Amino acid sequence: MPGDAAGASLVDVRLLDAPFDPAAELAAFAAAHGGAGGIASFLGQVRAGDGVECLELRHYGPLTLPGMQDLARTTQARWQLEGLLIIHRTGQMAPLDPIVLVAAAARHRRDALAAVDYAMDHLKSQSWFWKREQCGGVWTWIEPRKQDFADLARWD
Amino acid sequence: MSARLVFLGRLEDLAGAGECEVPAGPLEAVLAALEPDLAVALLGERVRIALNGALLANRGGIVLGEGDELAFLPPVSGG
Repeated sequence: MPGDAAGASLVDVRLLDAPFDPAAELAAFAAAHGGAGGIASFLGQVRAGDGVECLELRHYGPLTLPGMQDLARTTQARWQLEGLLIIHRTGQMAPLDPIVLVAAAARHRRDALAAVDYAMDHLKSQSWFWKREQCGGVWTWIEPRKQDFADLARWD
Repeated sequence: MSARLVFLGRLEDLAGAGECEVPAGPLEAVLAALEPDLAVALLGERVRIALNGALLANRGGIVLGEGDELAFLPPVSGG
């Protein structure tokens, strides 16, 4: 593909059990997709100041990464993209730790923005993750909010 | 002869562990041998199940064989 660095793959999907550096990932993604005129991204991080001491994401090996890869393929098929990056953490995270990074590179911004929006809605409420938060030493499982399902329904 | 049950999310708290070994056999018999509260939660309509990593459309007629893994998947929340 003209303008792309040699060997840049269209889709990069990762499930990580250790912290990652969103700025470095985004810089590498932008460099790998030099032919794209626009790059949109979303970073989800653990909220600070809500009394949450720790957030934990669990996954199920046989389903979670394959499901993320399916989501990436669906996203890529729906918009004209030159690159798509999906990184999602599992394990325990502290406030301000990055949880998820989605970035899309496209020739035109609308495709990039919509692709990120679509992928995030599906990661929130249709991917194989289970989330719990520790507040005051007590762990509570978090279930999707009504708004998450309404967000998802926008794409039907 | 044994199979494995895997409990995700809040089901792990109810079960007291992320997984347990059970005798192979029909799912009805496996569930009947568990704590009633746990069995009821596992049968919840919002709980999906996966046999050896493949999602099942319905849970009728499941018979667990030696080495099978049956996962119980409550509503998800990522991102």
